[in-house]
Amino acid sequence: MNLFQVLNGVTFAALLFIVASGFTLIFGLLRIVNLAHGALYLLGGYFGYSIASWSGSFAIGIAGAMAGIAIFGLLLEGGLLRFVRGHELRQVLLTVGVAFVINDMALVVWGGDSFTVPIPDFLMGAVQIGPVFYPKYRVFVFGAGVLVFVLLWLLMNKTRLGVMIRAGVDDAEMVEACGINIRKIYLWTFLLGAALAGLGGVIGGAFLSLYPSADAEILVFSLAVVIIGGRGSLPGAAIGALLVGLLNSIGQVMFPELAYFVIFGPMAALLAFRPLGLFGKTA
Amino acid sequence: MSTLLSSAARTASPRSALGLLVAIIAVMALMPTFLPTYHVSVLTQILIFGVFAMSIDILAGYAGRTSLGHGAIFGTATYVVLYTVTQYGLPLWAAIIISVLAATVLAAIFAALAIRTTGVYFLLLTLALGMIVWGICLRWSVVTGGENGIRGDIRPVEIGDALSFYYVTLVCTVVLTFAMWRFIRSPFGLTLSGIRDSAGRMRSLGYDVSLHLFLGFVMSGFFAGLAGALYALFNNFVSPSTVALTQSVTGLLMAIVGGVGTLFGALIGSFVMITLENFVSYYTQRWPTVLGLVFIFTMIFAPAGVLGTIRALRSRRRG
Repeated sequence: MNLFQVLNGVTFAALLFIVASGFTLIFGLLRIVNLAHGALYLLGGYFGYSIASWSGSFAIGIAGAMAGIAIFGLLLEGGLLRFVRGHELRQVLLTVGVAFVINDMALVVWGGDSFTVPIPDFLMGAVQIGPVFYPKYRVFVFGAGVLVFVLLWLLMNKTRLGVMIRAGVDDAEMVEACGINIRKIYLWTFLLGAALAGLGGVIGGAFLSLYPSADAEILVFSLAVVIIGGRGSLPGAAIGALLVGLLNSIGQVMFPELAYFVIFGPMAALLAFRPLGLFGKTA
Repeated sequence: MSTLLSSAARTASPRSALGLLVAIIAVMALMPTFLPTYHVSVLTQILIFGVFAMSIDILAGYAGRTSLGHGAIFGTATYVVLYTVTQYGLPLWAAIIISVLAATVLAAIFAALAIRTTGVYFLLLTLALGMIVWGICLRWSVVTGGENGIRGDIRPVEIGDALSFYYVTLVCTVVLTFAMWRFIRSPFGLTLSGIRDSAGRMRSLGYDVSLHLFLGFVMSGFFAGLAGALYALFNNFVSPSTVALTQSVTGLLMAIVGGVGTLFGALIGSFVMITLENFVSYYTQRWPTVLGLVFIFTMIFAPAGVLGTIRALRSRRRG
């Protein structure tokens, strides 16, 4: 395990955090396990790829993908999930169906080839970190992860919306009783979570590449992050992401064929003691 | 807490159900005389997946724990049969025993981790566990053949043709269905239903809730493994898609379409889904989209499934 691999683990963790934070926000407040999150990630990546290739700008690609996926989130929450509100399992299984439809439609539009989102020139090449030369783009990914964490932290702790979201995580009924329209907050949270999946798709699509089963892979990593970190907790998602990212690096170096198994061990050990994850609260 | 998808009455009179079952078996036994070979193998597939879906229903309908990891248990048995026969030349009966054992052990591992959780957490955890199995099957190519999977003509000559294998499968299905029906009707199965309705109350009555859930999961995995072993004989081929999430999800959807908590409904669900797949695949390659749409519509409009809806209507008329 050398510095290069540690850095790989940490930068992968930053991507995982971006994706998993959206997942955990939705899970925490709306109690919806959105299994279409992976599909939204992949779709976001494809959007980003097409828009960035067409416009020649990475930034426009990111903005377009986030907006596009947020609209998908709006359709999903406002158009489908509202019919099964209050039924946890029906919600989850409905999102599974949505994931199938999105993936299959993406296959029709983009085909089965793998794509890489084009990145701007100033992010190409390498920088020297200590003794190793490290790809600039991955450093950027790490920066993006930290930025998302800081922004989300500010949103949750310093804004009115954040206060309402946190209150809603603890007791949605009480929030409603205080005269706040919880439905609106649900919708905003869902949009935000979906947009984060889209952002993750573009950022991840530039270094992990996009292909038809990429959604399932990122989904299982996100699930591990949320299971470890606990429902609806940002610090939990950050720690979970770091843990999973580093373990994945170690796994790939030491047991390349069983890398999946390496994230499973600690998850199992943790669950034996804390079934709700590190920062999980009972529902 | 984990109120199941079906709220329909779960008690049908056993005698009428049994009478119906005998009639269905008779029809199933006569079916091949009217059908061309291709349709006979579709029927075989319907039976195998029916057993698989019933194994999921044991957990979802009678223990109130919806699993999204059963495809991995099912597929592990398929992998083990094909691997041990093609690599070590094991006799088929031994391979089947080992494969079902492997599936049961896997189910025990899943169960040990998952039984502490309920509702969505249970679903999440079994999903993650199942995906780990999928990841291993995909990457550990030395053993599993990676994306290419394992192919081997393992079915004995005596049951080599579609028709005789259909009858073997039919007999197995009848025996296994009966075994599962006995299982859920046994005191143990009734205790499971009690836990589904109120774990706290069962605990205060002195039942060991965790142990019952654990054993219930293991039994469910055992039946899923048997279905997986049958599938190895049917398909002579296994690849990561056999253990993938789609498999778990399809099995669960079959159980739901038929009616969660009705056991036999799973066979109806299997019939509906596989017939639909064959029908749709004839016209378009977009089966996953159709599958997804069926999922969405079932969840919104008919969460109780075919049998669940029928039972609800019947009990409404009576009451």
